[in-house]
Amino acid sequence: MNNAVLSIHDVHKSFAGLHALSNINLDIRESESHAIIGPNGAGKSTLLNVCVGRLAPTRGTVLFDGTELTGKHPFEINQLGVARVFQTPEIFEDLTVIENVMIPMFSRRDRSFGLNIHSRFDEQTEIQSESVQVLADLGLGDHLAHLTNSLSRGDKRRLELAMCLVQHPKLLLLDEPTAGMARADTNATIELLKRIKATGITIVIIEHDMHVVFSLADRITVLAGGTIIAQGTPDEIKGNPKVVEAYLGEETV
Amino acid sequence: MFGISKINDIMLLVAFAAIILAGPIILEPIGASYPDLLQKFAIFGIFAIGFNILFGLTGYLSFGHAAFLGVGSYAAVWSFKLLSMNAIPAIAIAVVLSGLFALAIGYVSLRRAGIYFSILTLAFAQMSYNLAYSVLTPITNGETGLRVLRTDPRYLDVMFGADVGAAQPTTNFFGIEMTGWPGFYFCGIVLIAAFAFSIVIFRSPFGMTLRAIKSNQNRMGYTGFNSRPYLMSAFIISGMYAGLAGSLLAVTDPLAGAERMQWTASGEVVLMTILGGAGTLLGPVLGAGIIKYFENIFSAFNESVLNSLFEFMPEDVRHVVVEVAGLFVGDGWHLTLGVLFMIVVIFLPGGLMEGAMRVLRIKHSPKVTNIGKSPQRDIVGEGAIEENLDDRVRTAPARSKPTG
Amino acid sequence: MDAILLQILNGLDKGGAYALIALGLTLVFGTLGVVNFAHGAIFMLGAFCAVSINALLKLEQVVLDPTQTTAWGTPLEIRTPYIESWLGEWGTLLIQYSVPISILFAIPVMLLIGLVMERGLIQFFYKRPHADQILVTFGLAIILQEIIKEIFGANPIPQSAPPLVAGSVSITETIVYPYWRIVYLFFSLTLISGVFAFLRFTTFGMVVRAGMQDRETVGLLGINIERRFTIVFGVATVVAGLAGVMYTPILPPDYHMGMDFLVLSFVVVVVGGMGSLGGAVSAGFLLGILQSFASMNEVNSILPGIDQIIIYLVAVVILLVRPRGLMGRKGVMED
Ligand SMILES: Nc1ncnc2c1ncn2[C@@H]1O[C@H](COP(=O)(O)OP(=O)(O)O)[C@@H](O)[C@H]1O
Ligand SMILES: [Mg+2]
Repeated sequence: MNNAVLSIHDVHKSFAGLHALSNINLDIRESESHAIIGPNGAGKSTLLNVCVGRLAPTRGTVLFDGTELTGKHPFEINQLGVARVFQTPEIFEDLTVIENVMIPMFSRRDRSFGLNIHSRFDEQTEIQSESVQVLADLGLGDHLAHLTNSLSRGDKRRLELAMCLVQHPKLLLLDEPTAGMARADTNATIELLKRIKATGITIVIIEHDMHVVFSLADRITVLAGGTIIAQGTPDEIKGNPKVVEAYLGEETV
Repeated sequence: MFGISKINDIMLLVAFAAIILAGPIILEPIGASYPDLLQKFAIFGIFAIGFNILFGLTGYLSFGHAAFLGVGSYAAVWSFKLLSMNAIPAIAIAVVLSGLFALAIGYVSLRRAGIYFSILTLAFAQMSYNLAYSVLTPITNGETGLRVLRTDPRYLDVMFGADVGAAQPTTNFFGIEMTGWPGFYFCGIVLIAAFAFSIVIFRSPFGMTLRAIKSNQNRMGYTGFNSRPYLMSAFIISGMYAGLAGSLLAVTDPLAGAERMQWTASGEVVLMTILGGAGTLLGPVLGAGIIKYFENIFSAFNESVLNSLFEFMPEDVRHVVVEVAGLFVGDGWHLTLGVLFMIVVIFLPGGLMEGAMRVLRIKHSPKVTNIGKSPQRDIVGEGAIEENLDDRVRTAPARSKPTG
Repeated sequence: MDAILLQILNGLDKGGAYALIALGLTLVFGTLGVVNFAHGAIFMLGAFCAVSINALLKLEQVVLDPTQTTAWGTPLEIRTPYIESWLGEWGTLLIQYSVPISILFAIPVMLLIGLVMERGLIQFFYKRPHADQILVTFGLAIILQEIIKEIFGANPIPQSAPPLVAGSVSITETIVYPYWRIVYLFFSLTLISGVFAFLRFTTFGMVVRAGMQDRETVGLLGINIERRFTIVFGVATVVAGLAGVMYTPILPPDYHMGMDFLVLSFVVVVVGGMGSLGGAVSAGFLLGILQSFASMNEVNSILPGIDQIIIYLVAVVILLVRPRGLMGRKGVMED
């Protein structure tokens, strides 16, 4: 598959004897939304961790746009255009919402380091107006000057998503973006993700909520016990007996 | 949206400058209006401002900043000996050298974060202190300390035709002698400049990035930042501030000794900063002033002063009170310092600035519960302090973080 | 060859002290998650336990002897320690053996100090950031050492080893080695083995070790770790205190010895690998020996001052090439 944005080849990851991932081969195609599903502990987050440089794979390679990612620092991988939303929001708790979103834009402008002493942070009008725009888009327009630790869980997730979007990534990795959200919030997130998808960003989404998965995914990969047990379009996955088996007693599809 | 505008900052700077320059008058009523003491306020103010750029913004707690102070002092005295009694080359050389020294120490120490960083900086400072007392004696003059001699060459001064060796040389700023009030005003103006630069850093994207590192260094990586050069820059800037302060110590009194590099001196600047309020602009200067003021008063106390102070008490009670108070004054100043240290950490982690803010705007100022994550704003700013208690469970440190 | 053996021997006692302090540091850090900058002060307090006992035993009774006069014509003062006048020769013996006797005294005292410290201060800092823990224990360290300075003065107070082990032993013709250093070595090895045995063979120790691996899980098992951690803190205090007591005949204690040892012990912990007890012990001995080699004249004439900085240099190299330390677990401090 030559139009793969991200290709994961023969990746293994073990934690002191525990095989969290074994023999993972996966190609994420350009502009597709690819869902990764599987029971808890299947190794989904571990797979993302390997992709963003948080964990080094025990074996195997990850290529992004033809660049080898293994051995690179997280910041280098992000600079290549990979942004990630974590399962538990990773945001700057002591800063305000607008600051949280402006900061990631500096790493786009100045790359991984810039000694910006000559200007004032609050006078970066371009960066500021784009941040305001994105935040308003995501429904956080009322919270601009609030500290992030006053936000609700759902808002924190949205904020983290905003922090990724302002970077205009080529590849967006989402780890359970709707976990713990109420139905209405989840639906709003689906709409939002659909809009993001329409801009042509490649999305990898880990999700338990099948409603979300089937609303968004072009293709689905099913992970169980650290291996890929099925892959295909939503329709193919729905009818796959192996998937049903893996999920039996775990999730109601 | 940001609460603090450029105008606010300019007003703050003007007010600050006015207070410093009027210091001799303002501090008259508390008996602190003499040049020697005011010079100390200014110099340690600079030291603490610099320390705060590292600790207040990035949260990296250095326990070895006195080493840079010492390097600055030695460099300045050497400049007096070899080049000129003029303060400017001394300061320039001191700042550059301490910056280089910070680069070397930072290169190793910043490979680690948290307590490892604190331990490493402390170890480096101890190592410098040991070296200054032993092998480096040719440079530091060991226990005696390095001083300016009449017979020193002073090539620059000679070049400009000064009559070197005629009299015991004194430090000067293009002819103005750096003792007494001129000395204070010189230090005061440098302090104002140092303060202005710290405002610039605090308000710049660079400063905001440092805060973000303090808030969540992990996130910074996944956001495309390489934290190391940012931390390195902050560390070097902070080391240069310390070197500047050290050189001013030498300008006002041209001698340098190794005791300036001792761990107690490193601890003192930490205390100044947290007492005033780490992460605030004014706090460190305030803290430095308070510590130096009380050091001055307490060190001068002795039994007879105490006796007259507690004269109103009955004989027996007075005896006991004087005995106990005697522990904390004179030579016992360090004990007071230790007690103050604990009191601030336990009861006032936000420092005096945060305390003042809570008094001034009682409703909207939640309590700061720890120093490691202290307030980032100022009294002139928005007063944004974390609203929630930091209820994170203790994370086991000797374990890799769980991924998620 | 002899010279090398001598340096190794010389390094062992210092290494023993480093190991004992570092052991407590890493034990407390690994279990309670607290960085204790007052741990060096505890070592110092231990040393001053010995000083106090010695001073107490030596309290003198002054009797004027009118039959004899001094050169000034005043009656001669005869000073005898009370203990000698009460117990005679046994009293003299007690004074001579004040250092080992101090151990009996130091165990309960240090334990008490440890428990008071943990309950009265440290426990309130479990949930605060490491920076706060460092700062508050740093303040405590200053207070403790200043109090000792007030009481005992600023000068080192030499203590002597019991006469039985006061002399030196000739190991080879050129190597003369004080007995007490051998005693200290065996003492530290015994204490270290004791701590290890305690952690390995008791249920209590098992829980503690499990807690060092994964505190949260152990907490979930419904085990009251907090109370056990209090005891761990007490044990660490006693170990450091005893290390201090026994060290007094080697190094006359003064009020700031704690900080000197603390900094080096921290370095030892980092070199050994944070959270690794075995690492702390082996790095302690290793660095002690290295330091003693570095202070040899031959070495110093080539690299002047190397003895002052060798430990730090080793730490720097270790951090650069093997951040987790000699025996640290893989993955710890490597990111
Ligand atoms: N850092 C780690 N150390 C040890 N084990 C880990 C680590 N991260 C994940 N694991 C284990 O790997 C397995 C997969 O975890 P994860 O990828 O988080 O699953 P999920 O599919 O629910 O996201 C689990 O058994 C988990 O316990
Ligand atoms: Mg997961």
